[in-house]
Amino acid sequence: MSALAARRRHPLATVVLVVIGLFATGLAYAAVIPTAASAAQPSADDIAAGRKLFLANCATCHGFNAEGRDEAPSLIGVGAAAVDFQVGTGRMPMTTTGPQAPKAPEVDFTDEEIKQMAAYVASLAPGPPIPDADQVDPAKGDPSRGAMIFRTNCAMCHNFAGKGGALTRGKYAAGLAGVTPTHAYEAMVSGPQSMPVFNDATMDPQSKRDIIAYLDAVSSAPSPGGLNLGSIGPVSEGMVAWIFGIIVLIGCAVWLGSKAA
Amino acid sequence: MNDGTAGGMSADEHTHGGDGELAVREPAGLPERFENPGLPEHRHRMADVDPKAAKRAERQVATLFGLSALGTILVLVFYFAVPLKPDGGFVESLSRLQASNLLLGLALFVALFGIGAGAIHWAKTLMPDDERVEYRHPQRSSGAERAEAAQILAQGGAESGLGRRPLIRNSLIGAMALVPLPMVVFLRDLGPLPGDDLSTTMWKAGTRLILDPEGRPIKAADMAIGSIAHVLPEGIEKVPDLLEEKAKSAAIVLRLEPGLLDAAASAGAYQGIVSYSKICTHMGCPVALFEQQTHNLLCPCHQSTFHVPANCKVIFGPAKRPLPQLPITVDSEGYLVARSGFTEPVGPSFWERG
Repeated sequence: MSALAARRRHPLATVVLVVIGLFATGLAYAAVIPTAASAAQPSADDIAAGRKLFLANCATCHGFNAEGRDEAPSLIGVGAAAVDFQVGTGRMPMTTTGPQAPKAPEVDFTDEEIKQMAAYVASLAPGPPIPDADQVDPAKGDPSRGAMIFRTNCAMCHNFAGKGGALTRGKYAAGLAGVTPTHAYEAMVSGPQSMPVFNDATMDPQSKRDIIAYLDAVSSAPSPGGLNLGSIGPVSEGMVAWIFGIIVLIGCAVWLGSKAA
Repeated sequence: MNDGTAGGMSADEHTHGGDGELAVREPAGLPERFENPGLPEHRHRMADVDPKAAKRAERQVATLFGLSALGTILVLVFYFAVPLKPDGGFVESLSRLQASNLLLGLALFVALFGIGAGAIHWAKTLMPDDERVEYRHPQRSSGAERAEAAQILAQGGAESGLGRRPLIRNSLIGAMALVPLPMVVFLRDLGPLPGDDLSTTMWKAGTRLILDPEGRPIKAADMAIGSIAHVLPEGIEKVPDLLEEKAKSAAIVLRLEPGLLDAAASAGAYQGIVSYSKICTHMGCPVALFEQQTHNLLCPCHQSTFHVPANCKVIFGPAKRPLPQLPITVDSEGYLVARSGFTEPVGPSFWERG
């Protein structure tokens, strides 16, 4: 220690200190920032297999190097999250042209194949990775805070209970019931189709996990009234009130006015 | 036959029953005036003739009242049995609230409806139902009474001397005209005039954009292309009229692909990041449905559509004005800040808006 103290006025001491400081900062930054390193690193084989799958299934529209065409956007920089979302929910490959690629009941690819395609697209340019299980664990989110963030950022399109809603010219915001937490997270970071991007800087990962916890809570919440009427708010509730309420009121009025005998 | 009366003549002939079919037949056997048929025969109810039925009706009414009492007790039981627990976790709080609403509502329905239904059943089965006739009488007073009343009024007018003493008459009119004046002046106390509150918000040069609801400032570098964030002015949580201020100041900030913005939109942009009022210029709903691919903002209430690259020009719907822009830049630390307030008053039109 005394040897170190004796050299503290050495002409090179400042330089050494700066180098140490920079190194430490870099290490801390690498440790703190969420990167693709948190997921399992794809191997070169995965990327090669993914490229094959890409050429066979996606390149017709997205171009041989994923550079995009008139009818399909470039996939350079969209990241693994976008591929896992679009292919994993069956939206891609698109079966027909239309205002919007719908969620398909059946997915054409195995998880393995989707991961390979995702690895290939991610290898083109850095983009949001597929989140790990911890990032999307509803048990670790706060549904109450998630509800608040959901109402400000999501509810205007997806409805307060995540039932979805209409946009313009045949486009729509999809219903969120049954969407896996991973796909929900990927949609937020990648902004598929009409949806804007909610990157980790404007909506931090904890907020995303809170939203996932809220969606989980809403979909599992019991309906003590027996009917939630689609959770679409005043339209269905008003209709029930009008139809059944008015029938009851008319029945009472007829009873009141009828002659007793 | 070729003059104007020809048609009239033939029509006249028709009504007089010249050709049979169209003729109006003479009403056969109808009296000049209908007889008053009188009241229908009174039919007795079961409860009037059968004491057992009366007893039964009595029991039914009492049962309905009893049901009401039971409902009231149930309201209290449910109130205490299903307490609201705001801290019981999100799902549990919500389902407790719903269960409590349902049970209280059902019990209260039984409590109120039981009284009403019992009262009606009572009146219909047990209270007297024999018909009674009350004749209407003319309400007009006799000619003598009317003349007398008119004479009293005229005499009073003459005796008061209003016509003879114009000084009294005029001063009375003046006093009566002035009396309501204080009431009009008191209207001031209904509240302060809005002043320029409708035209201004708390955004001013250098106010940071903070995320709603997290309350965290955002940096320009945080905004990815195609991303949207909902923002409020920094320090809004400290203003006394938070909700009013929030209703005016709420804004959205978005980043579009470079080169999309037109000249007007670029004027308030920072590196492709633009901020606009979130309050629709039609009825004040929050305009926040952003279609990333078409770059349109939609209002959920009446489908007004604003095209962001054209400075939020209205391209569809009932809104008449574009969304006011919030010109933005960054401060020395890289955080997004307002360059000034909104370029125009936010929200729907109002009288003094100009």
